[in-house]
Amino acid sequence: MKTIVVVGNGMVGYKFCEKFVAQPESALYKVIVFGEEPRVAYDRVHLSSYFENQDAKALELAPRSWYETHNIDLICNEYVSDIDRDSKSVETASGSNYTYDTLILATGSSPFVPPISGVEKKGVFVYRTIEDLEDMLAFAKALKTQKNNPKAAILGGGLLGLEAGKAVMDMGLEPHVVEFAPKLMPRQLDKRSSNVLQLTLENIGIHIHTAKATNKIIGEGQITGMDFGEDDSLEVDMLVISAGIRPRDELAKRCDLNVGIRGGVVVNEKMQTSDPNIYAIGEVALYNQMIYGLVAPGYEMAEVAVNQILHKNDVVMKSSIDMSTKLKLIGVDVASFGEPYMPADKGLSIIYENKTKGVYKRINVSHDGKTLLGGIMVGDAEDYGILHQMYINNMPLPDNAEELIVGSRGEGGGSAFGSVIDLPDEAVICSCEAITKGQVCCSVIDDGNETVKEVAKATKAGTGCGGCKPMITDLVKESLKTLGKTVKERICEHFNYSRQELFDIVKTKKVTSYNNLLDLVGEGNGCEVCKPVVASIFASIYNETANRQETIQDSNDRYLANIQRNGTYSVVPRVAGGEITPKQLIAMGRIAQKYDLYTKITGGQRIDMFGAKLHELPLIWEELIEEGFETGQAYGKSLRTVKSCVGSTWCRYGMDESVSFAIEIENRYKGIRSPHKFKGGVSGCIRECAEARGKDFGFIAVEGGWNVYVGGNGGANPKHALLIAEKVDKETAIKYVDRFIMFYIKTAQPLQRTAPWLDKLEGGITYLQNVIINDSLGIVDELDKEMQALVDSYKCEWKEAVETPEIRERYTHFINSDEEDENIEFVSLRDQKMPKEWA
Amino acid sequence: MIANTFETVSNEDVTTWFKAAHLSKFPKNGGACIKYKDKQIAVFNFEREGTWYACQNLCPHKMEMVLSRGMIGEENGEAKIACPLHKNTFSLKTGENLNGSLDAIATYPVKIEDDFVYVGFVD
Ligand code: SRM
Ligand SMILES: Cc1cc2nc3c(=O)[nH]c(=O)nc-3n(C[C@H](O)[C@H](O)[C@H](O)COP(=O)(O)OP(=O)(O)OC[C@H]3O[C@@H](n4cnc5c(N)ncnc54)[C@H](O)[C@@H]3O)c2cc1C
Ligand code: SF4
Ligand code: FES
Repeated sequence: MKTIVVVGNGMVGYKFCEKFVAQPESALYKVIVFGEEPRVAYDRVHLSSYFENQDAKALELAPRSWYETHNIDLICNEYVSDIDRDSKSVETASGSNYTYDTLILATGSSPFVPPISGVEKKGVFVYRTIEDLEDMLAFAKALKTQKNNPKAAILGGGLLGLEAGKAVMDMGLEPHVVEFAPKLMPRQLDKRSSNVLQLTLENIGIHIHTAKATNKIIGEGQITGMDFGEDDSLEVDMLVISAGIRPRDELAKRCDLNVGIRGGVVVNEKMQTSDPNIYAIGEVALYNQMIYGLVAPGYEMAEVAVNQILHKNDVVMKSSIDMSTKLKLIGVDVASFGEPYMPADKGLSIIYENKTKGVYKRINVSHDGKTLLGGIMVGDAEDYGILHQMYINNMPLPDNAEELIVGSRGEGGGSAFGSVIDLPDEAVICSCEAITKGQVCCSVIDDGNETVKEVAKATKAGTGCGGCKPMITDLVKESLKTLGKTVKERICEHFNYSRQELFDIVKTKKVTSYNNLLDLVGEGNGCEVCKPVVASIFASIYNETANRQETIQDSNDRYLANIQRNGTYSVVPRVAGGEITPKQLIAMGRIAQKYDLYTKITGGQRIDMFGAKLHELPLIWEELIEEGFETGQAYGKSLRTVKSCVGSTWCRYGMDESVSFAIEIENRYKGIRSPHKFKGGVSGCIRECAEARGKDFGFIAVEGGWNVYVGGNGGANPKHALLIAEKVDKETAIKYVDRFIMFYIKTAQPLQRTAPWLDKLEGGITYLQNVIINDSLGIVDELDKEMQALVDSYKCEWKEAVETPEIRERYTHFINSDEEDENIEFVSLRDQKMPKEWA
Repeated sequence: MIANTFETVSNEDVTTWFKAAHLSKFPKNGGACIKYKDKQIAVFNFEREGTWYACQNLCPHKMEMVLSRGMIGEENGEAKIACPLHKNTFSLKTGENLNGSLDAIATYPVKIEDDFVYVGFVD
């Protein structure tokens, strides 16, 4: 049996193992892997997600047991310190020796730390490993307790630097990105796109400083600032260096393998180093005089090495390597592919720029207009997938190449590209895993996989950076169509129906219980996906409260309160339109004080009281109801708040009484359950202080009536609502919105808000106008009636709960003891309290 | 660590059958939490399946005592519980985390006698 020793258990080292054991011949080899890091290989590309959840396990590429199952000896926390090429053995830092027949260097790279004076100071970090992140988090946390508004700088405005910028912002520090070049992402972007990106980033709160050469890091022991010379400096409390990478070729140097002048282990197209028994792959390998700082080329190298070792000699590395990238910074799309900017003698560029929207797109086309050479997209990279495909597959361009970026899109017209299904079978769709279009389609057509999830499981497509998921979704859909199968928006394994279909079934068959519905048209015993969907349908049809079938409700609905991170709950009474009397304020204050609740004004113009224990909820609500309050349904997929501005009642510009209207409409829709939550806004004039256009429905008073808007939201993907009617009177305005909401409730998918629903509605806003204003489907009478029935049957579900002994009984932590949950702990915060930190 | 106080008990190993409560106290197709010594145990009456399950009330994701308030269901025929905080799911049979690689939860045997619910422990 031959032995393969792999040095480095990073992304590429792991991929080598995965690809190797997938070959039947691998049974003849013993594989031993050394990793310097204390944990098994993880997804470095999504390192930043660790900030959100601190869940290291979720990042693992495979659990430790995977290595055992495949008979791989994994030795973590062990640095390989030397290689003896004569005896073909390696020595580890702890002094053990292992012999090899073949050695794989997958040692990756380390962050490059420029020789600036002061980089050793406390508070200066690099960004590469989970440990780096943990150190940064701990430091940031301490900083925040020491001073107000601490600042963190990132040295380097490249791909990684910007990601680090977002990360420190998420940690609650004021982010500053410092770049030596005069523009951001100098390697991928031209000056104009860089400017667009800079503006967008500044808008989300990241400060950008370009053309700054850092001379010195200032501070006594701990960093306090950066010095740029000529009296120019920046005060910062923390610094993350992201100034490029250096291949970790120290081992290779020590045993005299060929390395490049600027580092990296020289390899040939077989991934062999100057010693044919030693291969180098990933970020340590210098191929074609280049280091490739991306996973996809590393994975290809792993594939080549596996094949070479198993004597499949015709698999070699391509000579040109695709370095296209898409930034995964949340909130801003940035992508570049092929030749992002290019001298005029090679081709021509077509540029589209829209400063108001923060969009810049550039494509570079050959002189004859036939081929795509590369491009840049900032602000809108939706078409990156397909453009990138056209580029790597050398596909012919349409006659009017500009349509690729300005589009013949929009109403009615399809896009200029045709569809993914027109790509050649060899087109690589998932570049991380090198999966072609042909493989994806085969997986559907020949192997019977019917969902993106199944295809991902079978082929691994889309499991890397995830950037290709939209294309895979389209391919799965199109392939199913060729089989004559329609793609069903199936709710889950228990109901082979879309929400809309189930809605109709419940209504026409008059089903009233979840169990009956499951027996009638479902399979099996249900799950956490279909239960709340069905609960929402019952609520929309019968206006039944969450109290009746409590175990099919989402946890928040089941207890009529929002669960908080420590298992306590929040209490949010309705404050329609945001109008509240001093007397009500005092009552709320008194009750909050009595139960020691943390109080805060919410973003929805009302008051949230946090930290109530389960058994306290009915007690608190009993008192609130006594004072005249009702539930605010902050826990439900239902109407939340209707935000108002003060309007003509007080405001000198007001055109109408926005508060009165907001209260009226909030009381009209309160309690109505829907596929997702919905919110409203009413502004007294076009200054729009109530942000009505940022809501699912909105009214704005204008000269001569109300303008009516629908389909907006804030949140992660903000959308402005669209105008459906102008200058109408209040009654008409309400009627249109009634119909809009009812139509949405009946036809949307689960957890789809009005904006994405409208987006997917064929014909868009014009179609919607036709349905609800011109009655093109002949359904408005029905919609009106259904809405009125909901409005008329409203009841406060908390009142119902506190008055019904069986429901009240649900509010106890233990059913066999009156004790409280001793696991809940609070700490004090600015004269109030908060949950103890998660361990 | 609090997670270590829970360990799966198999039917054969039970030394104490703890009489928890009358079965009418438990919601149908949902869960409730019982206290046994210093342990919090979530008990589920999966009526549709005709089975009772018990597991630790502690979610290994963020170490909160909340699993009894989650929703039960099944995936490929296997009963599971979805945590109310972030909807991580765990098999009620094996305790295994079904949608990720969190630590498994401990499960406990349940029996019904004379309309009372008993949970099995090893003392
Ligand atoms: C309390 C509050 C934050 C605050 O302290 O101000 C809040 C808190 C939560 N929001 Fe919010 N949102 C609050 C106002 C908002 C607003 C502002 C607004 O309503 O004008 C928005 C943006 C406007 C919008 O919705 O379009 C907002 C957009 C979201 C989103 C993103 C929705 C989207 O379509 O993208 C979520 C996530 C979701 O619902 O899936 C969310 C989810 C949540 C959840 C429910 C997260 C969760 O599941 O635990 C939080 C529960 C809080 C609780 O336990 O009470 N919250 N959330 C605000 C309660 C308002 C209220 O009085 O009911
Ligand atoms: C925050 C961040 C975001 C990124 N985003 C993207 C992205 O969006 N797209 C993309 O394509 N790429 C991205 N990358 C780059 C990508 O992570 C790397 O290309 C990839 O990890 C390279 O894999 P590797 O195995 O060569 O190196 P690594 O993953 O670094 O693995 C090398 C391993 O070898 C170990 N090691 C080194 N020397 C020894 C020794 N002597 N003995 C034992 N062990 C040793 C190291 O400790 C390390 O664990 C990102 C990187 C970071 C840090
Ligand atoms: S309140 Fe809203 S924005 Fe704030 S952390 Fe919760 S979900 Fe996120
Ligand atoms: S705490 Fe249970 S899933 Fe997060």
